[in-house]
Amino acid sequence: MIYKGKQKIWSDYQKEIPDDHWFYVRSCIRQSFFPGSERYFLGICRDMLGKDIHETEHHTTCGGIAYHSDTIPQETAMTIVARQFALMTEAGYKNLVASCITSFGNYTETLETWREFPELEARIRENLWKACRREFEKPEYVAHASDLVYKFRGEIAERAKYHLVDKETGEPLRIVEHIGCHYSKMFPHKGVGGAEYPCVLSGMAEAWGGKVIDYPERRHCCGFGFRQYLVQANRGYSVSNTHKKFESMEPYHPDVIITNCPGCPYFLDRWQYVIAEQTGKTYGRNGFGIPVLTYEELAGLVLGIDPWDLGLQIHQVAVEPLLDKIGIEYDPAKKYLGLNEKEIMKPGLPHVLRCC
Amino acid sequence: MMEFGFSLSPSSAVDLDKVDTSRFDRLVEMEPQARICIGCGSCSATCTAEPYSGMSVRKVLLGLQRGRDAEVDRMLAACMLCGKCTMVCPRGINTRHLILSLCRISGKGKEGKA
Repeated sequence: MIYKGKQKIWSDYQKEIPDDHWFYVRSCIRQSFFPGSERYFLGICRDMLGKDIHETEHHTTCGGIAYHSDTIPQETAMTIVARQFALMTEAGYKNLVASCITSFGNYTETLETWREFPELEARIRENLWKACRREFEKPEYVAHASDLVYKFRGEIAERAKYHLVDKETGEPLRIVEHIGCHYSKMFPHKGVGGAEYPCVLSGMAEAWGGKVIDYPERRHCCGFGFRQYLVQANRGYSVSNTHKKFESMEPYHPDVIITNCPGCPYFLDRWQYVIAEQTGKTYGRNGFGIPVLTYEELAGLVLGIDPWDLGLQIHQVAVEPLLDKIGIEYDPAKKYLGLNEKEIMKPGLPHVLRCC
Repeated sequence: MMEFGFSLSPSSAVDLDKVDTSRFDRLVEMEPQARICIGCGSCSATCTAEPYSGMSVRKVLLGLQRGRDAEVDRMLAACMLCGKCTMVCPRGINTRHLILSLCRISGKGKEGKA
């Protein structure tokens, strides 16, 4: 009886994710921060698993960064979103999948606002028509790309070349999962596990052999917070947030951090360099930092994709200790070679944070 | 160290394993009633000095248990020892006497005022 009751309560936290036929919208910043992530999302879902995922070169930013930075009004952001919906409608799709957590939050917020205020939706439709003569149908389903990878985590595990275990000891890797604030903190029922028990990333990590660690500041913001970073005078708030998280997770000795937001991996990765320069402290072993990966990068590693093809050389924190721990093969000489073995230049080395 | 134009702010988190609660412990020895406070805030609501100085007996007791001695001293300095807080305490704590005892512990007596 009690078990059934628990099952029912937990079912309320689940999210129905359609299996196929998605219209994909990319992030405006991930392609420069983590160039391999979106490519391998499509590579895994479309090419490997054979799912129908369509994208168009005509889509733009969702306007989320400008909206959350208070530089454009909500109606402008909604009109940009409406245009994306129009592109989806023209392509014949009803399910929208966003690469970016901010976009996912923005699309969800727009749809929820229109549900509450239908007259606003009518005005946005009029704005869109006046601006570019387009019309749209609202998507039947909006998902974040991590929802799809979560849904297909079993298929990925079946094809795994590596597992998230220490090759020397056989112990599972200790994994910190960090979920973007706009995934389920704003609209809890839109995320797997809701705002209280979001399991979109922990589900992946456990399916692939890792062990998720719980620590006091697990649900704390990464520190990006848009204006906290974008206004230079506020950046102390941003780095202090990140510092608080690292201090909290440090006693648990995490091997890797995985995230599903464009901003979180960037700041958790880059701020480790800044914290090291400001305080002399590093959080990994032997002077290294804790590698921060996107879920696509982690899935790619598990599937045996070359780390440098995944773009892991673009990260600030060196990933080699993690690769060595899992036993992933890589060629150090090819770290800074791009497509067709073209030199992509080597970065300067930090003073404190060990990177090689 | 490199200069970035911004810096880390100290964390406001309280680590209860590290804070120094010796003043609270001494207060409890002198005034065992300090332990029965339920933090209802009636003392703060009735305090004459509170609107102007931030004085609050509730915050004083909380601050002592969190090792925030400087904050506590600042509040104690604002107390006028009028005793209104003692009259409204639902637990019957002699808050006025408690403050006097705390001032003795701190070596910042209010004997002159009393």
